[in-house]
Amino acid sequence: MIPIEKPLINYMQMKFGVLVFPGSNCDHDTYHVISEVVGQPVVFLWHESEQLENCDAILVPGGFAYGDYLRTGAIAHFAPIMQAVKKFAASGGLVLGICNGFQILTESGLLPGALMRNAGLKYICKQIYLRTETSDSPFTNLLQPCQVLKIPIGHMEGNYFCDAPTLQQLEAQRRIAFRYSTAAGEITAEANPNGSLQNIAGILNEGRNVLGMMPHPDRSSEALLGSADGLRIFQSMVATLAGQD
Amino acid sequence: MKSASSSAIPLPAQITPELLAQHGITADEYQRILDALGRTPSMTELGIYSVMWSEHCSYKSSRVHLKRLPTESQRVVQGPGENAGIIDVGDGWACAFKIESHNHPSYIEPYQGAATGVGGILRDIFTMGARPLAVMDSLRFGPIVAEDSAKVDGENSTPTSLLNKNHQILEGVVSGIAGYGNCFGVPNLGGETRFEPCYSGNPLVNAFALGMVRKDEIFYGKATGVGNPVLYVGAKTGRDGIHGATMASEEFHEGSEQKRPNVQMGDPFMEKLLLEACLEAMQTGTIVGIQDMGAAGLTSSSCEMGSRGGVGIEMELDRVPQRETGMTAYEMMLSESQERMLLVADKGREQEVLRVFAKWGLDAVTVGTVIAESRLKILHHGELVADIPNASLTDEAPRYHRPIGTWKAPVPSEPSAEILKQLQAKRDLTTDLKKLLASSNICDKRWVFEQYDTMVQTNTAQGPGGEAGVMRLKGTQRGLAMALDGNSRWCYLDPKLGAAHAVAEAARKVACTGATPIAATNCLNFGNPEKPEIMAQLSSAIDGIAEACTALGTPITGGNVSLYNETKGEAIYPSPVVGIVGILEDVSKAVPADFQRTGDAVLLLHPKAPAKESASLKEFGSSEYAKYFLKALWGTPPALSLDTEAALHKCLAKLADDGLLHSARDISDGGIAVALAEGCFAHQVGIRVTVPSGLSDDPMACVLFAEHASEAIVTCAPESVEKIKNIIDDFGFLTVGPLGVTTADRIELSVNGKPIISESIANLSGPWRRGLSDALESTFHRDSSAMDQA
Repeated sequence: MIPIEKPLINYMQMKFGVLVFPGSNCDHDTYHVISEVVGQPVVFLWHESEQLENCDAILVPGGFAYGDYLRTGAIAHFAPIMQAVKKFAASGGLVLGICNGFQILTESGLLPGALMRNAGLKYICKQIYLRTETSDSPFTNLLQPCQVLKIPIGHMEGNYFCDAPTLQQLEAQRRIAFRYSTAAGEITAEANPNGSLQNIAGILNEGRNVLGMMPHPDRSSEALLGSADGLRIFQSMVATLAGQD
Repeated sequence: MKSASSSAIPLPAQITPELLAQHGITADEYQRILDALGRTPSMTELGIYSVMWSEHCSYKSSRVHLKRLPTESQRVVQGPGENAGIIDVGDGWACAFKIESHNHPSYIEPYQGAATGVGGILRDIFTMGARPLAVMDSLRFGPIVAEDSAKVDGENSTPTSLLNKNHQILEGVVSGIAGYGNCFGVPNLGGETRFEPCYSGNPLVNAFALGMVRKDEIFYGKATGVGNPVLYVGAKTGRDGIHGATMASEEFHEGSEQKRPNVQMGDPFMEKLLLEACLEAMQTGTIVGIQDMGAAGLTSSSCEMGSRGGVGIEMELDRVPQRETGMTAYEMMLSESQERMLLVADKGREQEVLRVFAKWGLDAVTVGTVIAESRLKILHHGELVADIPNASLTDEAPRYHRPIGTWKAPVPSEPSAEILKQLQAKRDLTTDLKKLLASSNICDKRWVFEQYDTMVQTNTAQGPGGEAGVMRLKGTQRGLAMALDGNSRWCYLDPKLGAAHAVAEAARKVACTGATPIAATNCLNFGNPEKPEIMAQLSSAIDGIAEACTALGTPITGGNVSLYNETKGEAIYPSPVVGIVGILEDVSKAVPADFQRTGDAVLLLHPKAPAKESASLKEFGSSEYAKYFLKALWGTPPALSLDTEAALHKCLAKLADDGLLHSARDISDGGIAVALAEGCFAHQVGIRVTVPSGLSDDPMACVLFAEHASEAIVTCAPESVEKIKNIIDDFGFLTVGPLGVTTADRIELSVNGKPIISESIANLSGPWRRGLSDALESTFHRDSSAMDQA
C-alpha cells in the first residue's frame, strides 16, 4: 500500500467533469472521490448536453449506461456528450474511462479492442491486484513501473480482446497501462479474473491522453473501503494538468 | 376528467362457486363483499377483493398475532404499516429498511422471481424518499449435493433430479438478484444461504433493503387534498403478474409451473430511472404522497393511499400507459407489472413533476383525482367498473383467529442408543472438521456474493463474508451494520426459542462489528395457516421474536409474512428470518471478523453460568454436526438467556469503542472449532488454542462442534487482555476465558492439554473455499433419473 500524502497541489484547481448517462451508477462515487478525496472541483455532465463546461479532464464512470441491454456501451457511444468527448480527446484532453466507461470508450473508437463477457460467464466483484505496466502516462506518472495496486473489479464484460496487430502495436507503444497480477506482481493465468488477453486490465490510446480500465480506482481511494491505491491515478491526472499550465 | 355518475353501478358479474374458488374467496368472504357493497360485485371488483383479501396483501391469518411484536423506541420514526420502517440515526438522518419475501415466484421462475423481489423491496425504500444504499438476501434451497440431502427423519435421500432442480433454482435466483441489484447500482452487503431438504419444493428468497433519507424529507403513501391530481409514473402496464398476490397465497401442487405467466418481469434499468426521477421530483416540493405498485399493483396503491389519507381516489383507466392492447379493467387493476409508482401531486403544480419524469424519459400521466368520499372508483371506456369503500379493502379486510394447535416436539429429546454409540466411538476429528467446513451450509459463500456488486456507492467498510455488513454514512463519522439470520431447524425443534435465536444471532453478528443493534425487521416464512399445527408454529415464533426484540432493544419496524410455503402438502420448517440494523458512532472503529495478525491473544467471551436448562448432549442434536454426520435430529436448540445476550452486545460495543479488539466473531453453525478455523482463512493467520472441555463426559465432537448462544471469539494485542478482563467484569452475566494465541501457519486445537486437531491452514481453507463451487460445478448429476426428467 502507498502511504497517502497530503493533496499534491493545493493551489491548483483542476476541473473534472463526470459524465452521467441514464443508468450510470458510479457517477456519484467518482464525483465523491474528486471532490472529497482528491479535493478538486467537479461537475456532472448530462448525456444530452454537448458542452464540456471547460473541464480540464473527463471521467466516464461505471454503471449500466442505458441499461446495457444491448452490447455494453453500444448506445452510449451515440450520446451527444460523447461527440464532445471525442473532440476533446482528439485535442489532447485527458479522458479516463472506468469499467462501463472503458466499454464506452472502446465502442466509441477512442480505444482499440473490445470487452467481451467474462470467461466464467458470471459477474465478478472482488478485490484484485494490478501491475503498473507503464508510468509514462498522465494517469500513472506518480506510480512506479511494476508497482502493484490493490483495486477492485465489478463487471460482467471485462474480458479484453483485440486482434494480433493491435496487440503488437499496444505492446510496442507501451500502451498497456495495467495487467492483472498476483499480489507479488506476477502475471499468471490464476491472477486473470476474466480471461482478458495477456491479462490486460487497462490501455492507453496512441496519444496517451485516454485511459480505459476495468478495475475501479473510484472504489479504492480511501483506506476505509479496503484500499487507497487507486487514488494515485487521480492524483497523477492532477499532477499532469498542473504541469501543463 | 369525466366524473362517475352517482346513479350508475358497475355491471354485476355472474357469480358462481367456481368463479369464487378461482379467486380464492370463501363463501363467508363473499357474503362480506355483498355486505360491504350492498350489491353484487362486478368482475373487476371481484378481482380487486380477491387480491386485497389474499393472505399476501391482507395478512388475514397473521395480523392478530403480529400485534404482539414490540414496535416502538426513541429511535423509531415509522413503525409497521407503511412501505418501510424508519429509524432516527442522528444528525437529521433517518434510515428506512425492510425485508420481504419473493418465495413463490422464485420457485416458478427463479431469475425473474428473485429479480423482482429485489426490485419490489427497493421501491418500498425509495418511495419513502430514501436512496437505497444496501441490500442483503436470505436464501434457502433444497440440497444440491447428495451428502447433504439425507432427511433427518430417515426418509430416502433427495433424488438426483431434485438435486438438479435445486441447483437450477439456486443459479437462477443468484443471477436474478445479481442482474437486478448490479444494474440498479446498490451494493449487496451480505445475507445467508442455507440448504435443507424441506426447501426442495419451496425455496425461500427474502430480500432486505436499506436506504437513507433526511428526517424532514420523508414521504408517505398517503393521499390528501381533495381535487389533487393522481399521477401514474414509470413503466407501462402489461398483463404480467396478474393475480401474483393470490398465487403467493396458495400451496403448490403438481403443475404449479404453469403459473409462470403470473410471475412479473423485472427491468432494473427502468427502476434506476424511476429512482432518480422520483428522488428528483420529491425535491420539487409538489408531491403530496407516493406509493409503489407492488403486489396487487394499481389496486393496492390506490386504495391504500386513499385509506391512509381518509379520502378516495377516482381513476380513469383509459389514461393508464399500456404495453398491450385490449386490456380489460380487471387485467389493468390486477397487473403486477414492475417499476411503477402512483403519486398525488399538488393541484396546479403537476407540470413540475411531469418535467422531471420527461427528463428521465419516463411515462408520467394524470390518471385520476383525490375525492372526498373514501372510495376507490374506477372508470374504463366511460363506464364505472368499480366503486368500493376503501376501508373494506384495507382496515376492514377479513382477519382470522385461526385455530392454533398444541405444539408437540417433532423429534425425541435424547439421541438414540445407536447415535450415542457413533458419537462415543473414536472419530478422526480433523477429517470431520474438514468435511464440515466444506459442507454446503458452512462453506464459503463467495460463489454467491462475488456475483453481486458489493462496493458500488463506495460506502462498504465490510462486505459479505464477515459477521455483518458495515457501511459508512458519507458526511458523518457514523456507520451502520446490518445482518440477517434465521435457523429454521432450530425453529422446527422449538419455534419460540428458535425464533428468539434468530433475533439474538442477527443482533450478535451486528454487535461483533462494534455496532449497537437498534432496530429489526422480520420475514415470517411458514406453511399453510389453515393447519392448526402451522398456526402453532407461527404464533410461538412471533412470541419468541417479541421477547427477544424487547430484551435486546430492537423493535420491529416492519416486515412481511409469507404463508402457504408448502408443496404437495409438505410444509417448510418454520422459517422466520430476522434483519437487524445497528449503529456505529465511529465507523473507523468497526471490528473485522477475521484474525488480523500473529501474536494476538485469542479470548472467548461467554456466559458466566450456563443458561438455564442447558444440557449439552440434548442441544447437540440441533447442531449442524448432528445433521451432517449423524443424519439425526433430536433435542432442543441451545438454551438462550436474553439478559446475557444483551450484556454481550453492550460489552462488544464498549470493547470496540475503546479500540481494544482486533477481531470479533460469533460462534454459530459448526460450533467453536468451525468459528476458530474460519477466523484464520482471510489473512492466513494460524492459531494455537485450548478449547474449554465443557462437561467432563461430553463426547469430543460435542466439545468442538456444539453450537452455543451468547458467545464471541475476540482477538486483541496481548497487552490489552487485562483491560478487557476489567471491562467484562462490569457486565454482570459475562466472563472471559483465554483460548490461546494467533500464530503463523497452523490451526492447532487442544482439549484438556491433549492435541485434538493440528492441520495447516491451507488444508482446511481449501475445502471451505471450494465447498460450494465444487458442489455446483461438479454437477449437473447426469444419471438415468435425470435423463428421465428431461
